Amino acid sequence: MTTPAEPDALAADASLEVSADERQFNALIAADSRIEPRDWMPDAYRKTLVRQISQHANSEIIGMQPEANWITRAPSLKRKAILMAKVQDEAGHGLYLYSAAQTLGTTRDEMTDALIAGKARYSSIFNYPSPTWADMGAIGWLVDGAAICNQVPLCRASYGPYGRAMVRICKEESFHQRQGFEILLELMQGTPAQREMAQDAVNRWYWPALMMFGPPDDDSPNSAQSMAWNIKRFSNDELRQRFVGMCVPQAEVLGLTLPDPDLRWNDEKGAYDMGEIDWTEFHEVLAGRGPANARRLQRRREAHEEGRWVREAAAAYARKQAVRAQAVA
Amino acid sequence: MMSAPGTSEKEIWPLWEVFVRASRGISHTHVGSLHAPDAALAVRNARDLYTRRGEGVSIWVVPADAITTSDPDAKGAFFESPAGKNYRHASYYSKSEGVKHL
Repeated sequence: MTTPAEPDALAADASLEVSADERQFNALIAADSRIEPRDWMPDAYRKTLVRQISQHANSEIIGMQPEANWITRAPSLKRKAILMAKVQDEAGHGLYLYSAAQTLGTTRDEMTDALIAGKARYSSIFNYPSPTWADMGAIGWLVDGAAICNQVPLCRASYGPYGRAMVRICKEESFHQRQGFEILLELMQGTPAQREMAQDAVNRWYWPALMMFGPPDDDSPNSAQSMAWNIKRFSNDELRQRFVGMCVPQAEVLGLTLPDPDLRWNDEKGAYDMGEIDWTEFHEVLAGRGPANARRLQRRREAHEEGRWVREAAAAYARKQAVRAQAVA
Repeated sequence: MMSAPGTSEKEIWPLWEVFVRASRGISHTHVGSLHAPDAALAVRNARDLYTRRGEGVSIWVVPADAITTSDPDAKGAFFESPAGKNYRHASYYSKSEGVKHL
């Protein structure tokens, strides 16, 4: 074009410059490549990721509680050691994820504060209590199983640090599910009371585990955008369906009944039909009115406050040592 | 422009980047980051966080704000020198195809 530059043309140029960044971002997404921390990204993409990754990290941290509850009462030294390793893994997963969220410009302390102030969400599943040893089995088998189902596709999330954290987490998570399955299997080979305890735990955890995949597709407003950005790879209902398909044969091996009278194979669809999920319960728990919400947050807050002097003392000691080292030099 | 991680005034403990050598003969590779008050505790935390399953035989920790990076806004220009210089690759020299041990 040979038209002389006019103010309007300059303005158009400026807007073109902005969209060059966006074009680059869109091209990376279209090529199924990865976005890295220092790349330009739309504000909404950054916000979605901070929300999702920090919620995920919070879930790992709060998720330590239902199982930590049983460390002192595990039925053998072996089970105690396994449970401690698992809870330690959950802490590690929380830290990998907080680190990934930090690369987006938020701080660890901001995320911690939002959690203990009750402003940040975490998975609704951890607001259920774990009253029996069989719950350790049901949590490992169903809750970690559902988590794996959700998390494996997240290894390919378009945001590099998130995907890398998920790869590490998924590798460690598979032991969690197997140890849960083994706990249930051993109980099912035990006394009638032990079998009853296993079935009771599965009855209580099955539906909340299905809710972990989130609301149904027609009631999940953010899903489409997350899928367009390659953060999410499959819809909530697709993942839920996949999970149920994996659970049914596993429940048969265990000799346990899944508490859904409408659960049956549908030849035409090549998948299981399932009963209606109680979404009112889901929304109640999310809104803070679940069986253990208050207890979980209270415990987290106490742990944070009780650890404050340690964090501050360690920081003060490090400062003192640094000053001394400087004085000597 | 967002600040580099590790320089935030809001954090009580600074951020460290962690590098692990998986076994002898392999270089240290970046595995992630963590918060710690000082270098000694950063190494211990890194052991607990990144080598719970025997993933390493050696750990480096580096204060995140001690790392200098290339200018992210100039990545195209900064890395453009190798473009069009495919004579730096063995595959550029095709006339020797079929000749053994070359």
